Amino acid sequence: MSGASVSLRSVGKSYAGRTVLNGVDLDIAAGQFVSIIGPSGAGKSTLLRLVAGLDAPSYGRIDLCATGHKADVRLMFQEDRLLPWRSVLGNVLLGIKGRKQDAGRILNAVGLQGRESEFPVGLSGGQRQRVALARALIHEPDLLLLDEPFGALDAITRAAMQLLLEQLLVARPRTVVLVTHDVEEALLLSDRVLLVKDGGVARDLIFDQPRPRHRGDPALATLKEELLDGLLTAERDLAAVARIETRMTT
Amino acid sequence: MTDASLLSRPADAAAAALAAGRTETLPRASEPVVTVVADVAGPSETAGSRVRGLAWRSLLLPWLLPLGLLLVWQFLSATGILSTAIVPAPSDIWDAARQLAARGELQHDILVSLRRVAIGFSIGALGGLQLGLAVGLFESLHDLLDRSLQMIRTIPHLALVPLMILWFGIGEEPRLVLVAMGSLFPVYINTVGGIRNVDPKLVELGKSYGLGRAELIWSIILPAALQPILVGMRYALGVAWLTLVVGETIASRDGVGYLVQNARELLRIDIIVLAIILYAIAGWLSDLVTRLIERRLLRWHPNYADRVKA
Repeated sequence: MSGASVSLRSVGKSYAGRTVLNGVDLDIAAGQFVSIIGPSGAGKSTLLRLVAGLDAPSYGRIDLCATGHKADVRLMFQEDRLLPWRSVLGNVLLGIKGRKQDAGRILNAVGLQGRESEFPVGLSGGQRQRVALARALIHEPDLLLLDEPFGALDAITRAAMQLLLEQLLVARPRTVVLVTHDVEEALLLSDRVLLVKDGGVARDLIFDQPRPRHRGDPALATLKEELLDGLLTAERDLAAVARIETRMTT
Repeated sequence: MTDASLLSRPADAAAAALAAGRTETLPRASEPVVTVVADVAGPSETAGSRVRGLAWRSLLLPWLLPLGLLLVWQFLSATGILSTAIVPAPSDIWDAARQLAARGELQHDILVSLRRVAIGFSIGALGGLQLGLAVGLFESLHDLLDRSLQMIRTIPHLALVPLMILWFGIGEEPRLVLVAMGSLFPVYINTVGGIRNVDPKLVELGKSYGLGRAELIWSIILPAALQPILVGMRYALGVAWLTLVVGETIASRDGVGYLVQNARELLRIDIIVLAIILYAIAGWLSDLVTRLIERRLLRWHPNYADRVKA
């Protein structure tokens, strides 16, 4: 299986005295597609940023392991973060010398052939995220980290992007960690779903339905209900805490 | 219910008045109400000719006011309402310009002034850019230099004229130094500000894509700061011309400023007004050039994408 494996050993992170992650242990096998869901502020994005190496953990150890070379990690954000002063091609080739043909091939794969010389300002939200995806994939990363990449897109564009991502991963498998708050997206795409709350992994669910999956699948629907319940309890807990806190301050 | 009780309840009164006054104009629920928001026959020639019309309008309209003023001015002078002892007629100024041009003085003075602005501005703007980059990019240099530079900035640079004459004599140097000093700080401040306001998310992106320090500056920080830097340059160019006007009154033997000095001594109002018009044209032209550069460099920017203006 291609891709990098990830291991976290009692990883914790706190910002300004507030604990966000509290001793997380996690192993992700090479080539696995893992989705992380959880209530807002539960530390999903923090976990991803730690794995990406953008932030250092307060304590604990994170290892990436690829066969034969240093694992290449690419990150895609909710905002496309395209450089507005660079053309589509220039954005895809960020940090790369030459390789115009590869860029053309990958832009072809994300359905943006013929748009190479345009500036991002003329593209729609979905097209911009396609460019961001192409920019990540041209590096052939062993580990692809996706921080709610389709969260800001409309429902139809999002469905199209999910399909595109799945196709690209079938063609070239790699390890993927997707942070999302769309439970259905998690179940459609991943081999494993993690529910993160209270600074740790509350549920770890292996989901090996055959692909391609369909939204109407009963197995998917049952799991979706169950996970949503888990999420809602978490949100209710948060709301209760907030109520107690306001009562204490007033 | 009596009238008095109606009046004592203003809400009811208003509702009653509304009902009485408006029922006739209100449509019945069953009637469809059609509001025409737009009715365009089709994207025919009209659209194209309208765009062309707009282009012409933005090309011609800015000239309407100066040309109109010129005509009124000429009319007032010709009829004697405006004494030529106070302000000469446009035709007189034109004659003076032709005479000066025939002797080669006008071209020479304009070229000399242009050259002074070009040299002084280049030195000042380049210096401001370099200082701004250094201070904006390196925290330690910011701590070391910024306060001193801000202090120097607050000195009106024209107050240094006597000092400049003492230091450099009355040759070209004091003029160039003054123009350079005037151009330096607008560029410096806008460069530092531009760099400090670069979106940290883009910088983070660049780092996570393995860009080295030099490439990060060249590919992300500089382009992101380009717009404020160019604004600083435009402003600096204005200051450069302003400084030159003062600088050329210091014992100069050529340049547009000298033209004014000389004309004042000879009581040639027409030449004085001519020089003022020359300054206006020079300012407008240099602004035009910087804006063209801006449009080229910032063509990716939504605000500059398709604005054609001079």
